[in-house]
Amino acid sequence: MRKLEPDKKLKERAKKSLSKPALLGEDIDLNRYDHAADELDYQNEPARLPEQTRERMLQVGVILDRNNRRSGTIIQMDHSVVHSQAKQDGIELMGTNQAREKYDWLSDYLWKAVAVDSDKYTAHVELNQGNGYFVRALPGSKTIYPVQACLYLAKKNLAQNVHNIIIAEEGSELHIITGCTTAPKEEEGLHLGVSEFYVKRGARVSFTMIHNWAPGIAVRPRTGIVVEEGGVFLSNYIIMKPVRSVQAYPVARCVGDDAVVRFSSIVVASPGSDMDIGSRVILNAKRARTEIISRAITIGGNIIARGCIEGNAPEVKGHLECRGLILRGGGTIHAVPELKGTLAGIDLSHEAAVGKIAEEEVEYLMMRGLTRNEATAAIVRGFLRIDIEGLPPQLNQELQRAIEVSEKDVM
Amino acid sequence: MLEIKELDITVDNREILQDINLSIKEGETHVLFGPNGSGKTTLLMAIMGSAKYRVTRGSIMFKGRDIVGLTLDERARLGIGISLQRPPVIRGVKTRDVMTACMREQTDGENIDRMAEKAKMTELMDREINYGFSGGEIKRSELMQLLAQNPDLALLDEPESGVDLVNIALIGELINELLKKEHPIRDRRHAGFIITHTGHILDYVNARTGYVLLNGRIVCEGDPHEILETIKSKGYENCRKCAS
Repeated sequence: MRKLEPDKKLKERAKKSLSKPALLGEDIDLNRYDHAADELDYQNEPARLPEQTRERMLQVGVILDRNNRRSGTIIQMDHSVVHSQAKQDGIELMGTNQAREKYDWLSDYLWKAVAVDSDKYTAHVELNQGNGYFVRALPGSKTIYPVQACLYLAKKNLAQNVHNIIIAEEGSELHIITGCTTAPKEEEGLHLGVSEFYVKRGARVSFTMIHNWAPGIAVRPRTGIVVEEGGVFLSNYIIMKPVRSVQAYPVARCVGDDAVVRFSSIVVASPGSDMDIGSRVILNAKRARTEIISRAITIGGNIIARGCIEGNAPEVKGHLECRGLILRGGGTIHAVPELKGTLAGIDLSHEAAVGKIAEEEVEYLMMRGLTRNEATAAIVRGFLRIDIEGLPPQLNQELQRAIEVSEKDVM
Repeated sequence: MLEIKELDITVDNREILQDINLSIKEGETHVLFGPNGSGKTTLLMAIMGSAKYRVTRGSIMFKGRDIVGLTLDERARLGIGISLQRPPVIRGVKTRDVMTACMREQTDGENIDRMAEKAKMTELMDREINYGFSGGEIKRSELMQLLAQNPDLALLDEPESGVDLVNIALIGELINELLKKEHPIRDRRHAGFIITHTGHILDYVNARTGYVLLNGRIVCEGDPHEILETIKSKGYENCRKCAS
């Protein structure tokens, strides 16, 4: 049975925050959106989903073939989990609502990494439970292939609410690829996604998220990560397609000694896109380390690229690298790197640069025989190349492919 | 192969080179001397076609064709290659990527690895190009890229500067390979045009003609060894007097 008392308190806190604007980003009027959606049929065989839907999912790394080299698949369309299957021992995968029913201890994890009253979006998710995914790697279990999760927005003008809980138990290794996308359409929509990660002692999690929305969609992810002693959390975020507005600022807390967090993000803003995207890491335990790397390109849209590292424990180390490229005019890139240290002996650094492609670099490659366009493309490709450590080779290749596919739009 | 006539070059509306005339035939290597700021790099960059270096008068003929209106890459494809003194760092672009570009159609991983080995560049192939390279590494990288490009005319901007004595022999070897020194003189087709400050490179390459560039003008043309000796013993001051 679920613990009703804490649940009630959470609801109360949420209710009080329903009109609390977020600290960052354009304030989204939640009343503009529909909140109800039909319950969609469960699909035993997701490979039978319409071709166009499968194609959209494939673009965000969600492969529905039988031999897809995935440890499991979960698909949420609008508010319904339409498919959920773990293919490997040691992995539990289901809709969050189902997990709430199954595990009464889940309340120990709900709203512990993200505060329910952070803003009106978190409050809205709590009060309008739309589901989400629950992934748990049992102690010591190791996956090579990633679990894939797809969050798909099908209904016109819907506000999709998602609450994801990811738990990597002690000594486990878990790779997740999440693709967020929408039916190809011009209509408006809103995606509110709360994700809470718990990386236990010695566990290792990689989380790769690819966003492929549409020009009318607003997105407000709210993510919190807690990393215990010796745990590793690697996040890769890619958004290269048009979207109306995204504001995301995941916060990772290293609470155990020697915890490691690495955020890498690739952000491309098309005309009409407003993106306020960053990552924050709080190093609260001895020798915890972090690296935040972001690459932002504007081809006409606006980007605020944030990064913040806070060092509160001895011998912690953090580096923040934030680079922006203005490929075409009409947009802006605003890099906001922040470092905060509260004691001696910590090592925090950052580098930030925003500019256009240097003519000297283009000419250098032209001297080697590349045309101007080829040279520019090579430089952009290089700019987007982030060497991601710790990913299985196949996942790394998939990630590079996803980036390469979108490069064409950028050029 | 290269015929420059009455060439004036301006950079940012400032005239840097005036009335340059020179001719390099197939198989010949010529050397350009001159003090800092005399316009040596400008001349090489103008031949290569960098947009910043504007031709305001005269012509640059390469293989019988006026190349003044051609872009850098068009000139590269015609057979001109350059090794820069201070090439830019391109973040995220690896040395191997640039080598692949240099080789164009004939890309072949094994071939690239062989060239890297020859230039002692193997360990730098998967590093970002020129990022954190030492002076010697930059020179070797530039020459390795030229070997991959295999240009008919190689323009070398101070290939030995910043290189220690151990490495200079290797640089010399790479240049000789580039200029196909192993071929008998009458069969040599590849030409070179080299800027040198120290003249060390003359110990390794077979240069036929030397020029002294002073204040944007070629003031002397002759045997490169003789020119070097004069500069060493009497400095450029003597060239100035001689020119006036």
